[in-house]
Amino acid sequence: MNILTSPWPWYIAGPLIGLMVPLLLFMGNKAFGISSSLRHFCAMCIPTKAKFFQYDWKAERWNLIFALGMVIGGLIAGHFFKNPNPIDLSESAIESMNELGIQNYSGLVPSEIFNFSSLFTLKGFLLIVVGGFFVGFGTRYAGGCTSGHSIMGMSNLQWPSLVATCCFFAGGLLMTWVILPLIMNL
Amino acid sequence: MKNLKFLLLGTAFGFILIKAEVVSWFRIQEMFRFQSFHMYGVICSAIAVGMLSVFLIKKFKAKTFSSEVIRIEDKQFTKGNIIGGLMFGLGWAMTGACPGPLYALIGSGLPIVIVVLLSAVVGTYTYGVIKDKLPH
Repeated sequence: MNILTSPWPWYIAGPLIGLMVPLLLFMGNKAFGISSSLRHFCAMCIPTKAKFFQYDWKAERWNLIFALGMVIGGLIAGHFFKNPNPIDLSESAIESMNELGIQNYSGLVPSEIFNFSSLFTLKGFLLIVVGGFFVGFGTRYAGGCTSGHSIMGMSNLQWPSLVATCCFFAGGLLMTWVILPLIMNL
Repeated sequence: MKNLKFLLLGTAFGFILIKAEVVSWFRIQEMFRFQSFHMYGVICSAIAVGMLSVFLIKKFKAKTFSSEVIRIEDKQFTKGNIIGGLMFGLGWAMTGACPGPLYALIGSGLPIVIVVLLSAVVGTYTYGVIKDKLPH
């Protein structure tokens, strides 16, 4: 077993993710949170009069640089230390995936849906484009995402973050159990 | 360059996300279907470590590496925590990714995820434009 190519168990990965909170605080009083980078990106790249994007994004540059680092980290993990085996899902999950019509488990995402030609099908468009829109709109409206609310906010015992996290899950459950099966049948 | 440390930390974070497979659409489905403990273990142990760190930082009034007092802003409650939270939840189960994993997935060699990220940017932009008309 090579520790760098095989997937990491939760008790290794989770605590390492949690360490991002103190490390960012020690490195410069930064609150862990990724979805803000989308706002900074808008403020940096899109000319607009909307007040929401009129602020000194350069003061938040660290967040965009952190995001760029994540691309590099993904590249290193995905190219040089790629897991040679298909993802080790539970039996019941594989059964559920089969029911949704997914056969290919070789990558991290179902390649039947997440590819450029499926973008032009209704199913692919909904999952890729509409789903992405919900992620960007929802996280900003909620004031954070899994990192900003569920990890940073909860670590700091913020009750609005607990509310937000419960709503993240409620939305995810609604999609998974009710709407997704309909989309997959399109 | 003072931002280099953030680049390196981001790199480590992206690497961890891929290795933990928390960026996987399959793992997110498995989580929402309660078919594996993996995601819950990752999220809960991350919160536990974060909570303990914040507790210790406050207790010992720790300072940053450049000797500033560490301050963490409180999160203000808005109706957006609920409405926006539900919306993000829908999107999380559709794309199988939160914003962080999007960056890591793009790096891992999935250019289609750039489309998801651009849609998310459009989503954030749309929110910024219509913000004042939404309940908060």
